[in-house]
Amino acid sequence: MSAAPPSPDDGLSPAQLAEKYGLSVSGARPGLLAYVKQLWGRRHFIVAFSQAKLTAQYSQAKLGQLWQVVTPLLNAAVYFFIFGVLLDAKRGIPEHVYVPFLVTGVFVFTFTQSSVMSGVRSISGNLGLVRALHFPRASLPISFSLQQLQQLLFSMIVLVAIVMGFGSYPTWSWLLVLPALALQFVFNTGLALIFARLGSKTPDLAQLMPFVMRTWMYASGVMFSIPVMLARNDRLPHWLSDVLQWNPAAIYMDLVRFALIDDYTAKYLPAHVWAIALGWALVAGVAGFVYFWKSEERYGRG
Amino acid sequence: MAEADVDQGAPGGPRTPTVIADDLHIVYRVNGTKGGKGSATAALSRILKRGEERGVRKVHAVRGVSFTAYRGEAIGLIGSNGSGKSTLLKAVAGLLPAESGKVYTDGQPSLLGVNAALMNDLTGERNVMLGGLAMGMTREQIRERYQGIVDFSGINEKGDFITLPMRTYSSGMAARLRFSIAAAKDHDVLMIDEALATGDKKFQKRSEARIRELRKEAGTVFLVSHNNKSIRDTCDRVIWLEHGELRLDGPTAEVLKEYEKFTSK
Repeated sequence: MSAAPPSPDDGLSPAQLAEKYGLSVSGARPGLLAYVKQLWGRRHFIVAFSQAKLTAQYSQAKLGQLWQVVTPLLNAAVYFFIFGVLLDAKRGIPEHVYVPFLVTGVFVFTFTQSSVMSGVRSISGNLGLVRALHFPRASLPISFSLQQLQQLLFSMIVLVAIVMGFGSYPTWSWLLVLPALALQFVFNTGLALIFARLGSKTPDLAQLMPFVMRTWMYASGVMFSIPVMLARNDRLPHWLSDVLQWNPAAIYMDLVRFALIDDYTAKYLPAHVWAIALGWALVAGVAGFVYFWKSEERYGRG
Repeated sequence: MAEADVDQGAPGGPRTPTVIADDLHIVYRVNGTKGGKGSATAALSRILKRGEERGVRKVHAVRGVSFTAYRGEAIGLIGSNGSGKSTLLKAVAGLLPAESGKVYTDGQPSLLGVNAALMNDLTGERNVMLGGLAMGMTREQIRERYQGIVDFSGINEKGDFITLPMRTYSSGMAARLRFSIAAAKDHDVLMIDEALATGDKKFQKRSEARIRELRKEAGTVFLVSHNNKSIRDTCDRVIWLEHGELRLDGPTAEVLKEYEKFTSK
């Protein structure tokens, strides 16, 4: 700067100089609306990143992308062997309903579970990316949830085959799967955003979350019917059954079961089930997004 | 004193600042290094002991740096290893949050580099698309430049490698493709971090030419390098960092003379 000729800018403080030439603070957090706009501008990146992750996952395996379908199938088989055959958890549910009931539960819950788990690591596991390139950080957790959604669609192929094998054939009610999964996707993404921020501060969460998620899974009636099972236990208060049934994981599982399985009728569902499903999606989606955005400028610090 | 081969914004008129750093401090926090003992009991006692931050070590990488960069300048950043050069670049790019102080920029400065966005298990083809999107290019822009990127990298000179996964590339080939993707985008404020020394002689020539082109298109260029010759060739101003502090800031010849005196000691 020693060689600079005298200019009218001499004597201005850095902040005044920045203002005069319209410079903005680097790395500052944009407003909420501007943030949504930026995110929309990166939609192609979000989709491409999720598909790339999905493809990369099995690219070294000999069977390749076939594992997308085989993995959920094996999962369903394990749960059926343990809970359907060994523990006989189907009490209260007819035989031809139980298997699709169980498999639907496993797949739908896995969708939420893996979205949360990948959400926890979405920032802390991609610090290289966060520190090298500029993009709205919410792209990462959203992209990971999207990857899980695509994974679920592969599982749905298996699910449809199993459901039809047990005597439920496609009807118009199958279309209800779409709004149910859409709501669940919004809910999952919100949760992933929340855990992405928590995980970026405390990477240890990645070790803790499997236990939390497992507890949640067993409490949500993945492999048994909550009202039937809890009605037989007199020591538990009556309201507990309602609370467990209203929890988001149980709600979304029940909706997909109701849509796909002929004999899983409305009598198994809690009251106002669609309203609750919508409520959970909105609460988690909005709260998660705002919570994540609040810390936007701090992601990437050591 | 500065070599006259660089366009100086609007000559005569007041120079337009593009990057202003105002008393900038950057502090890294590193988990799990304190105490030296890595055993579980040591970790537990660290968690139980409150007070100063537990198990976290702070690295004060940049300490109170201030400068103003103007349109048309090419600025070299020099200093010994670990003096905070790369950290400073990342802070200017808005990628590392400042502990205190501020960086003001015109538009969005970008680092030349997409390494972190690319995936070894994907084909070169898909990596071009992914890297371009990650840098904020549109699909159309990438499609337009796709052939240029592939030709520039020279990946296909030895057969159809672009449709193979990147993990099958030699390290030189991968580095060339990464540079080609990164250099495909136009930048307002461009920052280059010792990226020049990749690939064989032929590719180095080609990439130096590309950097000069990028410099012409960009408003301001920052270059981190340990190679005094490449700094002398490309920069008209040099900032010298030592221990995270700004030691000298001025025309290339002056600062390099002092720096060479310092390093030969």
